[in-house]
Amino acid sequence: MPMDWFPLWLSLRVAAIATMLSLLLGLWLAYLLANRSFRGKGVLNGAVTLPLVLPPTVLGYYLLVLLGRESPLGRFYEWVFGSPLMFTWQAAVVAAMFHALPLLVISARAALESVDRVYERAARNLGASNWRVFWRVSLPLARRSILAAAVLAFARSLADFGITIMIAGNIPGRTQTLAVAVYDAAQAGNGALARALALVISVLAVAILWVANRLVSKQATG
Amino acid sequence: MIQARIRKSFRPGPESAGFTLEVEFQASSGITVLFGPSGSGKTLTLDVIAGFVKPDEGRILLDDEILFDAPSGVDLPPQARRCGYVFENCALFPHMTLRQNLAFAAERSPRLERHRKVNEMLERFHLIEYAGRRPHEVSGGQKQRCSIARALIGSPRLLLLDEPARGLDAALRAELYGLLRQVSSEFQIPILLVTHALEECFELGDEMLVLREGRLVQSGSPRGIADHPANVEVARLLGIFNLFPVEILELDPQRNYSRVRLWDHDLSGPYFPGKLRGDRVWLCVRPDQLGVSARGARPAPNQVPAQLIRSIEMPQAVRLEFAGGLAVELSHAEFDQQKHNKGWVVSFPPQALRVL
Repeated sequence: MPMDWFPLWLSLRVAAIATMLSLLLGLWLAYLLANRSFRGKGVLNGAVTLPLVLPPTVLGYYLLVLLGRESPLGRFYEWVFGSPLMFTWQAAVVAAMFHALPLLVISARAALESVDRVYERAARNLGASNWRVFWRVSLPLARRSILAAAVLAFARSLADFGITIMIAGNIPGRTQTLAVAVYDAAQAGNGALARALALVISVLAVAILWVANRLVSKQATG
Repeated sequence: MIQARIRKSFRPGPESAGFTLEVEFQASSGITVLFGPSGSGKTLTLDVIAGFVKPDEGRILLDDEILFDAPSGVDLPPQARRCGYVFENCALFPHMTLRQNLAFAAERSPRLERHRKVNEMLERFHLIEYAGRRPHEVSGGQKQRCSIARALIGSPRLLLLDEPARGLDAALRAELYGLLRQVSSEFQIPILLVTHALEECFELGDEMLVLREGRLVQSGSPRGIADHPANVEVARLLGIFNLFPVEILELDPQRNYSRVRLWDHDLSGPYFPGKLRGDRVWLCVRPDQLGVSARGARPAPNQVPAQLIRSIEMPQAVRLEFAGGLAVELSHAEFDQQKHNKGWVVSFPPQALRVL
């Protein structure tokens, strides 16, 4: 039986897009948490960490309620894009982001906070705006840790099962990602396919970990 | 010209005692040294002027511009203050080359002018060969020069230096002093330099501010402060004096005469204005103003027998340390004549005696 590679490509695409979006949003949130004090900072910090401790199916259920066709947000999405979000591959991106974003915010915040404040002071003293201090000094000095975090976030995005199954479903050829496909194959008693898919995920995961470790250790040695 | 009146309090925390900085001073072009022990508020003063720390009260005026004024709520951000700051350990951006570090600081100038300015600074500070290197690839002296050049490239109205000589060896320190004197004469802006090394005050200071526990305890020329410390606190901080508690036994303005009791010995000195008989005061004499001789049968007037603990041969002088914390400095030639003395007396020339 020829192997169906669709779940792999879908997973890679979903993970890549989810990582990109999380990186943008995550850097912004990390910057706020690391540099600013504002009302509700504690709440934001908690909200960002919550997805790490809630069961994925519970998160998926909340999203189903929050983004479903009956909800204001769901209707807004449908109005903008012309079709509902639920049970599409875009929903899988949303699912993946709920794993990637907390990881990125926490790591990026730690990385930004570990940059010696004296460099930021020096840059401000030399007339640089806060925006320029961030892009030219803080971010470059923290870039390796942030990149390593992005790689791990990508890996974590590949691995989601719970939220994906709740909001993107298990539609072969449309929303069936690798993790879901393994479950599907095992359920259907297709041992050969399950083994092959599991092997693909494992090899990918090991390769990604290797890249992330290299990024981190390079930073440690300067 | 910088004028500052600053008050900043920190509440005591679980791990730290409270601290209050309360200083008022002004400085015109030339080098003003902020001298004091660790924790006296020197660096905090620089941080307040640069705008990194907001004071509770006061006003900071640079030339004619108000940088900070508590009553009217003026508080310019660090970006707008144009105060060059040379941080301890240089704080060069590690991910940029020396050239990029300078270019970052010149980014407000138009492109062509920026390029010219950067090159000019690289030449002036002898960095042109190392322009393409990162900070961790150059020596401490080169880093230091680059960080001074970076602070000056935006034409600041004031230069702040936080312990610039820290971690440099003697040769590099001498080079740095030369460079700073040159900067001071070429740029004609006020320079505030923080240090806890007395050597730097004499090497560089046109003016000197002595800080202790957040307060300004004396200001003036370094020479003047060393000759006339305002009080025993300052004398202690300078660390160059013999300081002993004495009692004034006699005071006679007519004969310009006084007699004080040090340990069990009477010493005569000049009249001390503003003191009274019976006052317990601090006798303050510099080690190089004292003399020594072999202990004879009977000590002459103004001589105190002393027990030598050790002698330290320094480059310019020999320092003799006696029991009771008494130190005398004399020339090598003089020491060679006397080093076989069995016992010692220290003589206090009357005119060298000062009380605080």
